[in-house]
Amino acid sequence: MRRCEMISIGAGPAGLAGAIEAARNGVEVVVFDENERPGGQLFKQIHKFFGSGEHRAGERGFNIGTSLLDEALKLGVEVSLNSVVLGIYEGGAMNVMVRDRIEQVKAEKILVATGASENMVPFPGWTLPGVIGAGAAQTMANIHGVRPGKRLLMVGSGNVGVVVSYQMLQAGCEVVAIIDAAPEVGGYGVHAAKVARTGVPFYLGHTIKNAHGKKWVEGATIQQVDSSWNPVEGTEKTFDVDTICVAVGLNPMTQLLKMVACKMVFVPALGGSIPAHDKNQETSVPGIYVAGDVSGIEEASSAIVEGRLAGIAASNSLGYLNDDDFHKQRETLLKSMAGLRSGPFGQKRDEGKQILLQSMKG
Amino acid sequence: MRIDDHPILGKFDNGKRVQFTFDGRIMEGFEDEPIAIALRSNGVLIHRYTTRRDEPRGVFCAIGRCTDCIMVVDGVPNVRTCVEPLKEGTVIQTQVGKGPDTSSE
Repeated sequence: MRRCEMISIGAGPAGLAGAIEAARNGVEVVVFDENERPGGQLFKQIHKFFGSGEHRAGERGFNIGTSLLDEALKLGVEVSLNSVVLGIYEGGAMNVMVRDRIEQVKAEKILVATGASENMVPFPGWTLPGVIGAGAAQTMANIHGVRPGKRLLMVGSGNVGVVVSYQMLQAGCEVVAIIDAAPEVGGYGVHAAKVARTGVPFYLGHTIKNAHGKKWVEGATIQQVDSSWNPVEGTEKTFDVDTICVAVGLNPMTQLLKMVACKMVFVPALGGSIPAHDKNQETSVPGIYVAGDVSGIEEASSAIVEGRLAGIAASNSLGYLNDDDFHKQRETLLKSMAGLRSGPFGQKRDEGKQILLQSMKG
Repeated sequence: MRIDDHPILGKFDNGKRVQFTFDGRIMEGFEDEPIAIALRSNGVLIHRYTTRRDEPRGVFCAIGRCTDCIMVVDGVPNVRTCVEPLKEGTVIQTQVGKGPDTSSE
């Protein structure tokens, strides 16, 4: 069995940031990622991030991905791709499938940064070719340079829905409408306004009734919902589309954490069942840390800060970072995080994080 | 379906052009791009038909998670085409149900 000081599971923003901080202090770190390419979802984020300068506002996601990866490799972090962590067992042992081979590894500290998967909303016709996740649309257009379709309907007006709609316009698709069952736009005003200015109509208080087509999507019918979310007869509108994009939220991928019996708490504001964790991002199982979407759905900027927190905490615990420096660095990171969790959107996430913190004490 | 000039990303560096076959038809794609991307750019939407209801399925998540896009690739069934790299001469077939039996017995 191979032994290392620290393992990050996931080479997205959180996992890479954690590995970077730990490696900077001298910890030997290996990052496993199941994908062929590192970076998680950062490389499909072609929009500019906002926030303040310290969160690299104004930079586009893929550039942040490239610089994180460069930094990690420069610090000697080993990034093992095509590597699926199958399970975590007692004492930090794990089985990893590297391509078609199983490797056994053991780490003193484990950072679980597995991210999230997309939620779905089923409707008649949702299995037809042409109904795709919003993430799929991004992958096709922004990574591989192929349009997912010619005319598309976006289901969901959260940040993913509005950002991806704008990206599809940039890719040369027509976005016929953005719909949302909620009475208000879910995403940031800045992103929503950008799409609205191009003339894309928003149908709020509307749900998708069904997709049309036998072999693939040929159209979609939407329908108004009342205040109790029930569809209202006679309000149907039909669009001629070849693609229906579904952007109805994300769900943390917590399977590995449940396997080691981390304490989980249901926090709807953070996307579902979330591992309880303290200020150091450490879970109820000592030595197992979480960062990024798996510890509550937020954004890449906060995922990076969480990863850094876990990285310095692991360094301190392993004896590579003295208490004084650790506390100073943690103070700075927590302050920077408070900035990201302010405002009407951030506040709800902050409240959710407080619940997780409290449940570590209780 | 290929994007020629992207306002943010510019021109895509797609690498080497390769030929492959889809249900016997010769098509072109780029080496090491996911098979599903090459198929989409050739206008192919249906990847397989389901076992019980014979319903068409295509790309859904595009990151190897949902397995909706599986096909028979070089004789091997259940290959996730959204993450499987395309090579020169790859033989791709629409998968019907569970695909051909490849057990040795």
